[in-house]
Amino acid sequence: MYSYTEFDNNFNQNRVDQFRSQVTRRIDGSLTEDEFKPLRLMNGLYLQLHAYMLRVAIPYGTLNSQKMYQLAIIADKYDRGYGHFTTRQNIQYNWPKLKDVPDILQDLANVEMHAVQTSGNCIRNVTADHFAGASTDEIEDPRPTAELIRQWSTDHPEFSFLGRKFKIAITGSPNDRAVTKAHDIGLRMVRNNKNEPGYEVIIGGGLGRTPMIGKVLRSFLPRKDILPYLESVMQIYNMLGRRDNKYKARIKITVHEHGINKICDLVEERFIIQRSSFGGFDQKLLIKLEKAFAAPIYINEPIDSYNKSYQSDPLFRSFVDTNLSEHKNLNYSIVSISLKKHGQTPGDATSQQMRMMANLAKKYGHDELRISHEQNVILPHVHKSNLYKVFNELKSVELDTANIGLISDIIACPGMDYCALATARSIPIAQQIAMRFNQLKLENDIGEIKIKISGCINACGHHHIGHIGILGLDRAGVENYQITLGGNSTQNTAIGKSLGPGFSYTEIIPAIEKIIYTYLDIRSSNDETFLETFNRVGLTPFKKIVYTPSEIINKSTATFANNNNESFASQEIK
Amino acid sequence: MNVIVTDNGFESDTWSNIFLTLDKLLLINPKSTNKFSLDVPNTTDPKELAPLFACISLIRIAFLNSTDGRGFTLASHLRLLGYKGRLRAQGHVLADQYTMARRCGYDEIEISIELADRQPEKQWLSRSDWKSNCYINQLKQLA
Amino acid sequence: MARKFTNKVLTANRLIEGDVVYLGINGDWVLDHDRAQILKEEEFAIKQLALANKDSGFLVSPYLANAEIRDGVPTPIHFRDSFRANGPTNYNHGKKENHNV
Repeated sequence: MYSYTEFDNNFNQNRVDQFRSQVTRRIDGSLTEDEFKPLRLMNGLYLQLHAYMLRVAIPYGTLNSQKMYQLAIIADKYDRGYGHFTTRQNIQYNWPKLKDVPDILQDLANVEMHAVQTSGNCIRNVTADHFAGASTDEIEDPRPTAELIRQWSTDHPEFSFLGRKFKIAITGSPNDRAVTKAHDIGLRMVRNNKNEPGYEVIIGGGLGRTPMIGKVLRSFLPRKDILPYLESVMQIYNMLGRRDNKYKARIKITVHEHGINKICDLVEERFIIQRSSFGGFDQKLLIKLEKAFAAPIYINEPIDSYNKSYQSDPLFRSFVDTNLSEHKNLNYSIVSISLKKHGQTPGDATSQQMRMMANLAKKYGHDELRISHEQNVILPHVHKSNLYKVFNELKSVELDTANIGLISDIIACPGMDYCALATARSIPIAQQIAMRFNQLKLENDIGEIKIKISGCINACGHHHIGHIGILGLDRAGVENYQITLGGNSTQNTAIGKSLGPGFSYTEIIPAIEKIIYTYLDIRSSNDETFLETFNRVGLTPFKKIVYTPSEIINKSTATFANNNNESFASQEIK
Repeated sequence: MNVIVTDNGFESDTWSNIFLTLDKLLLINPKSTNKFSLDVPNTTDPKELAPLFACISLIRIAFLNSTDGRGFTLASHLRLLGYKGRLRAQGHVLADQYTMARRCGYDEIEISIELADRQPEKQWLSRSDWKSNCYINQLKQLA
Repeated sequence: MARKFTNKVLTANRLIEGDVVYLGINGDWVLDHDRAQILKEEEFAIKQLALANKDSGFLVSPYLANAEIRDGVPTPIHFRDSFRANGPTNYNHGKKENHNV
């Protein structure tokens, strides 16, 4: 993992000191709120519905036990003993006081962390595949490049006052777990026909009000050109992007309005001169970063005990089958820790849970943790001989929920329970869906499905790319939820299609239930996933059932009886 | 009279040349031995200025709003194209942006008396050490 | 035609703590929506808002929110203002915490 240099530490300390002075000037009245606001946003501090919110960056989702432990301490010392992990691999504290924020930033700086550029019209926290360095399908670890981009984008003098925020994601695997096609810039690490390393550069993706799938700007960019090329893209966007309308200011609109070919010509023209501004230090640094992110020194132990526990403990078996992914070392596993216990707030972890995850990483996980954009925590390197111990310790703090990739593993933004921009709540919808299908004992039968919920059009909950997407809106002073089906967040990115008119707060859970029962009824086999079924049959069968009054369906559709139908659709949701 | 901000703090504007727009300058059909001062908006295409660099001694780029960062990219582009003369940012630039302006190639900032009153010299001087703690300068060094 | 003025409360967040507060009956700032002053005249409401905007050493983001008297108690009209007055639904934090003590 990367450790800060003296340069990084000096930079970070300087930022903390600057912000401390800015807070002092705000409190003593020498700065007005209008002047202070952009300064606090540059340091991740928002004013939300009930209180301030501090968004702390976890660059490319990677952290060690010391950092996770510090996040727990901050949660206890300055907040309500918990934190919320977000789809952008950040952690948010919902209740900090302004006077404490400089101290929080200092505590973060002490463990090489910060809240820089987690807000504002600048290049935001760079995100990456949460299985980086561990998965079997990886061409290359994306994190050295991600760290290079973090340094390049931090306080970049040209790009701190862009027309709008700018998000970059990177993956090193053909199976995209970083949603690169829904970012302003998505980078996919590839090899050319001479087997030389480089990047496919995708631009103009994004969700929000106008969802768009990114387009390929350069199918192969040699590794050494990454920073001058990114800089060229940013310069073209900075000069060409619209500034007259906030909703048309993202690069996806720039690309849409000018066409990818014109943008490509401009970038390539710019790139020729931009290349001369780099002198080679960046590539030397990249080599150093690659060493810093080298694979851990794997242990070699017998794994009989693991096989034995797998046979004897059904709960462990269920955890293994659901929450583990293949590691590139056959005797290791990638452990996904679900922050989605049924009925809990998706993405929230208590300080006690954070401490436990930190301890487990230290004891059994080569001191590494990841935050996924799906709001879970990953132990990327766990030897199989330690899995049962990890499982039991997770169980002691209720982190053993075996639901990764299942219907209760829901992405949900904070919604109107916290967010000042939200138009409806997200959290209670996620809680109720999880509780409902847990009661029905249908989760495993339903299998792989991704539900994603946003509490406003800005789509922090990625609803467009959920297999089932839910968007909460304010319709004439009442919460209303629109459903989209068939979205996809992988390399086959797709924007979900709108099912039809929205549902009230009390109607939305029954509607989701109807969709799921329709799927169970019409899937070609138990192996056909929800998304596969949808791609085969389209919206129509779902539409038909969802917009038909429940009592008619109950009478006419006998097949549902097989599916535990006593609760179907008409059940009251508490 | 506007205030000029440099690394040394506030100064009065001693530049006595008249500023021309690009259109006017092109009408004059300048020779490289002449020295002119040019006023440009932040949307200017730097490639149009490149052939004129030899006869320009000062380019002044307007900042209508501190949240509009186009002037930063324009300056760095001009420098990269080889402009060696003076480069001045004029208008709504905040003290907190001084380091960014310097790093992009500006020599000085021209602000109104009103802005200078609200953001006194001390605030600008506290940002005058623009060379340290700069990631981009470090990354662009020679190997 | 003169449009009808909807009753308002004046609300903001406290600068240092961030808590949601309301202009109370005695011109003080109170934590409970129940104890907020109902502003029945537009001109007066706008004047109070302007005063709050000037008080930037204590308050952030003041605004006028629609409210009504329901069962004798000042009550928010829009659900957003209800959440703001009552705290988040997932935990007993913020206003919920205050109400519990």
